[in-house]
Amino acid sequence: MWDYSDTVKEHFFNPRNAGAVADSNAIGEVGSLSCGDALRLTLKVDPASETILDAGFQTFGCGSAIASSSALTEIIKGMTLDQALKVSNQDIADYLDGLPPEKMHCSVMGREALQSAVANYRGEVWSDDHAEGAMICKCFAVDEVLIEETIRANSLSSVEEVSNYTKAGGGCSACHEGIETILARVLTEQGRSFQPSAPPAKAPERQRVAIGMPLMPKRDQTSAPAEQPSASATVVAAVATAPPAISASVAPPPGSAALAAASPAATSPAAATANKAESGAKARPQLSNLARIRRIEQTIESIRPNLQRDHGDIELIDVDGKNVFVKMVGACSGCQLAAVTLEGIQERICEDLGELVRVLPEQAMAFAQRA
Amino acid sequence: MNTMSPTSMSSDQPNTGIYLDNNATTMVSPEVVEAMLPYFSEQFGNASSMHQFGDRVGRAIKTARQQVQALLGAELDSEIVFTSCGTESDSTAILSAIKAQPERREIITTVVEHPAVLSLCEHLEKDGYSVHRLEVDGQGRLDLAHYQSLLSEQVAIVSVMWANNETGTLFPVEQMAEMAQEAGVMFHTDAVQAVGKLPIDLKTTAIDMLSLSGHKLHAPKGIGVLYLRRGTRFRPLLRGGHQERGRRAGTENSASIVALGKACELAQAHLETERTQVAALRDRLEQGILDVVPNSFVTGDPSNRLPNTSNIAFEFIEGEAILLLLNKLGIAASSGSACTSGSLEPSHVMRAMGIPFTAAHGTTRFSLSRYTTAEEIERVIEAVPPVVAQLRKLSPYWDQDRPATEGQGHQASFQPAYA
Repeated sequence: MWDYSDTVKEHFFNPRNAGAVADSNAIGEVGSLSCGDALRLTLKVDPASETILDAGFQTFGCGSAIASSSALTEIIKGMTLDQALKVSNQDIADYLDGLPPEKMHCSVMGREALQSAVANYRGEVWSDDHAEGAMICKCFAVDEVLIEETIRANSLSSVEEVSNYTKAGGGCSACHEGIETILARVLTEQGRSFQPSAPPAKAPERQRVAIGMPLMPKRDQTSAPAEQPSASATVVAAVATAPPAISASVAPPPGSAALAAASPAATSPAAATANKAESGAKARPQLSNLARIRRIEQTIESIRPNLQRDHGDIELIDVDGKNVFVKMVGACSGCQLAAVTLEGIQERICEDLGELVRVLPEQAMAFAQRA
Repeated sequence: MNTMSPTSMSSDQPNTGIYLDNNATTMVSPEVVEAMLPYFSEQFGNASSMHQFGDRVGRAIKTARQQVQALLGAELDSEIVFTSCGTESDSTAILSAIKAQPERREIITTVVEHPAVLSLCEHLEKDGYSVHRLEVDGQGRLDLAHYQSLLSEQVAIVSVMWANNETGTLFPVEQMAEMAQEAGVMFHTDAVQAVGKLPIDLKTTAIDMLSLSGHKLHAPKGIGVLYLRRGTRFRPLLRGGHQERGRRAGTENSASIVALGKACELAQAHLETERTQVAALRDRLEQGILDVVPNSFVTGDPSNRLPNTSNIAFEFIEGEAILLLLNKLGIAASSGSACTSGSLEPSHVMRAMGIPFTAAHGTTRFSLSRYTTAEEIERVIEAVPPVVAQLRKLSPYWDQDRPATEGQGHQASFQPAYA
């Protein structure tokens, strides 16, 4: 069974604003019968102030689709149209205390219905060219079309790169076989061959494990996601809880590219971290305690904006010898990928500090101190 | 007598629920639990050992093998190979057939098989095998003339399920096995849903291999059987020990084997119950619901199906929502909807039968067992119509008391932007 929050259950069992608004002047209809979801949103908008006076929904869909629709109508009532258009999928999911990742598309539908309704009110036609391929990565709802286009646009050649660009494969890793199949097909078409253990074609810093999660590159740096029709880009950005890549946007610390290049044999991120950190430790002088903690603080500060963009955040709690205790808050707390995030942060701190440290959630504090 | 109204029940209370999901898994019979328990404690020996501890377990396994043999109507008890589950039996059968006959590069199966067979075939396709998937008509039936035309010396194995897990529809596997035999082709059937619900007499058929799964017939999970007709060419999946005559290496799961033997004995004793009592309750449930709920219909082939299964499509609503509401009332069922599976895709069985999406997403499977009572069925008949009505009230495809597409004076139909 899905792990629905109590709020999701409450909005499913007792939906708010169900049914059509009687004297509505804006109607939005979206859906995909093949996925088993369809939604009609009716709004009553005050023409003078463009305020949404009333909202009603009718939904053909699963429990979370109904709950998301209910949440959406509650959120937007009383907003102006412009305010309502700023409601993100994450806002809907947050309102419901989270949705299972596989179910994020349910909240996407609510947002699209809203856009459609506003377009309807303004006499525009909202259309969605929803080109969808087979769902490959179920954790982040990434389909075959997006993966294939991203591989082509960026000449990707490994599963890891695909994860870094599209997030696909960054969760449970059950779809790695599927991603390899797509890679093999595209590469064969290009006259190349897929080698599972091949070092990536890109510069070493690209290969760095990005902070947090497998991240999407910045839109302006890669053509693929930018070329996506806006709606489907929304889908990806919405489903993905972590947008732009830090790996590309943060300049690598001096020497790290060279270090990475010097140890191409290091295949696992952990091994790479260890290698880099050990080499770094030899090169750098010992820091004073205060300077050390300041540097850790600086590193964490530089990471925070990226987490905040995903409605998450991190706080430094304590530094005890080799152990750095942090608190994950917002969307990061309870996130399936929190461990991956911590691993990425640990790697950054190790690099910036030039020594090996362990980044641990604050819950581990009592245990670590006893040990 | 239980006078509690269904709405007062909570799914959190143990043992108050009505379990109508027996095609997913079944309760382990109390007699079966009792039979297996000693094999966790005092009867711990390894059946292969040369001492009394092993010997006693070895004898118990022999008895269990004969109990399975009796239920399947196999000629010899040596034709029974214990495995870990139905999926292992399916994989063993198909992989054995292609390994033993490397020159044959084709496989015949159907579009509505269980993933245990379909995913394996898909995988073998990548290795260069040609897979013929027989299609089904609107009621889930096969075209045997087409099947006949595909049988050739190129075919390594035919693998066709005996009964469909979603609709209960039966395939004429006995006839198909004979057709395969005439063409000199090996025949395997996934009978996971059929064993224990239908009389089976393998010695009078041409079936070479058959898979069954313990937990579908009131034995525990983690035990299955591959029936292997004597003389069928075979290559083991697991090599290592001499267990199961070298056909399935690995120390015997003795407690579960004993349990499965007991479960088969009980199933055989209750075959008549399935045909009469279980089928009657199923029919009562189905009629009780169809009589009251408009725009609902039975999927599959009602005249030719398992006695315990009813798959009803409720148009214009979605299955997960139905299941969540039923669950709140303590009723457990299953759905062919996209959202329940975790795959986000609607059931391949419903799609293969050409069931429209508006109905496929609302298909709900009720699967009974010999433990289902008439009182439970009456409570479900009472509970289902309000659940359907509640969800239709929310559905954009539904208007008051009829589909929105039939409305008059309204914008004729609900037409979303990218349906």
